[in-house]
Amino acid sequence: MRSMTAVLDRTRHGRFALAALLAAAVAMAVPFYFAPFQVFQLTMVLVYAVALAGLNLLVGFGGQISLGHGAFFAAGAYTAAIMLDRFDTGHLATLPVAAAACFLLGLGFGVPALRLRGLYLALVTLSLAVFLPPLLKRLEAVTGGSMGLTVEKPQPPAWSGLAEDQWSYFVVLAVSAVALLVARNLLRSRVGRALLAVRDNESAAEVMGVRLSLHKTFAFAWSAMFAGVAGCLYTWVIGFVSPDSFSFVLSITLLAGLVVGGLASLYGPLLGAAFVMYVPSVAQDLSEAAPGVVFGLLIIAVMFVAPTGLAGLASRAGGAVARRRAGAAASDRSSVAEPPPESTSEPSAPRTPVDPESVEAEPVGAPPRTEKE
Amino acid sequence: MLTVDGITVRFGGITALDGVAFTVEPGTAVGLIGPNGAGKTTLFNCLTRRCTPDAGTVSFDGVDLLALAPHAVAECGIARTFQNLGLFPRLTVRENVMVGAHSRGRTGHLAAALRLPRVRREEAELRDRADELLRRLGLEDLADHPASGLPFGTLKRVELARALAVRPRLLLLDEPVNGLSHGEVGQFADLVRSVRRDFDVTLVVVEHHMGFVMGLCDKVVCLDFGRKIAEGPPEDIQRDPVVIEAYLGVAA
Repeated sequence: MRSMTAVLDRTRHGRFALAALLAAAVAMAVPFYFAPFQVFQLTMVLVYAVALAGLNLLVGFGGQISLGHGAFFAAGAYTAAIMLDRFDTGHLATLPVAAAACFLLGLGFGVPALRLRGLYLALVTLSLAVFLPPLLKRLEAVTGGSMGLTVEKPQPPAWSGLAEDQWSYFVVLAVSAVALLVARNLLRSRVGRALLAVRDNESAAEVMGVRLSLHKTFAFAWSAMFAGVAGCLYTWVIGFVSPDSFSFVLSITLLAGLVVGGLASLYGPLLGAAFVMYVPSVAQDLSEAAPGVVFGLLIIAVMFVAPTGLAGLASRAGGAVARRRAGAAASDRSSVAEPPPESTSEPSAPRTPVDPESVEAEPVGAPPRTEKE
Repeated sequence: MLTVDGITVRFGGITALDGVAFTVEPGTAVGLIGPNGAGKTTLFNCLTRRCTPDAGTVSFDGVDLLALAPHAVAECGIARTFQNLGLFPRLTVRENVMVGAHSRGRTGHLAAALRLPRVRREEAELRDRADELLRRLGLEDLADHPASGLPFGTLKRVELARALAVRPRLLLLDEPVNGLSHGEVGQFADLVRSVRRDFDVTLVVVEHHMGFVMGLCDKVVCLDFGRKIAEGPPEDIQRDPVVIEAYLGVAA
């Protein structure tokens, strides 16, 4: 039994490694096959994926909500831009500083998040997103005001023989790969489980020894840090920041992207990022007059077809097939006059692989369930 | 082991507990009975720091429980189950049990993010221990099943497994057999008895099922309207006219 599960584990690991290798190969090859503009778009998908992965930690896995992640994104972007513009620090130095700054900022905002939930938390975080762009305009001496700041993009080293867009792509690919790996590591640990437990049942988690204040504020901090890193990458790729790039619509777009991609899914952020990046331009093609309307309708359509997001679509389909098969098998068995299942405590009860995604379709910002005491 | 002295809890004008005092000796099983609203669950909530009494003391092995932060209670070796289940529905059965071992782990946020070797080691250990508990309670086939959608009786066992993952010295069971069928109550009673022996835990059980309480417990404490009205061995409690009156009422 043990050795069998070990073998199963190994094949699963093998298959995972193979898939990862394949994805890596595709990711490496992509910038050589596409036109510079398309490479740029893909780079932006990766940038958004990092921000969404962070938001996912908070909303999908942590069960909290933030309508202010655009502000953390902007903070990261401006940290990088100011460092490059004023202090000429070089690109690599901006990344840890932006990450650390946004981590601390998130930690600070995690404190009110301890007391607020649902709509109230949404409002407080939204106010952050609304208030930041005017502030950036005001602090003209540092931020360049409404005009923004133009900074240099990372230049490819001569030995690489790459074009600027290709180099940007690879740099962003490396950073986002590390970021996604960190997010995955966090979730697959005692810390990540604590976060999930808090989302599912706060008081039971506390009785099990989970320190709520610590894990909730850190979820906010990590999440802000990812947004900040994404913002920093944004500055690298675009080479320009201005207050109007980070209006509160960005925060809402991020949240919409996450929900469309799939909450509490590890690869949902990638799908969501692609949605956020490509669908507005598709919408533009469909209707030049009202791309926003088309974008909105497409979001509604996706949520209607796939309430658990694009990431949940595959497993939902798989689950439905498995259920139908299990249902057919069960009806076969019951036709052979099997006694009705009397003792429900038998572990043999519904063995149907209920897909975990289908239970994740809880509305964002829904009040967490607390058991009656 | 556990000494509760003069616990009083008021919710607004209602006195849920009024100077309740009793002790639990190591290795014993104490039953807590009383009609609905007598304050049994409130008492449990005081023991696990879910609510703070207005007066009184609770000490566990010389530690003042009321001075602890709520999350620190598990570390002391106290675990509980909940009246209407307090599982994490979207986590798998195994993950539920692994959260139970949270207080036994050390991994912090930074170490987890970097997945240091010791994090891997700890994960493997926690996982093995969880699997062992699941085997012990006959749940190994359901390890990867999400906790939602399982039958009630099974979930009760999952919750027991999760509580045992805390490695408790004191286990508080809040109505462990409510909602179970007659046959299941017997099975669960056997399970609790064997768990009590194998894991060497001291038990406090809130339960209305008198067969279960009387068969399991060495001592029974009866509450009514927040007051302790009787305390003693099960057979005395069963004959105590005050208890009978509180529970059944007496003909006028």
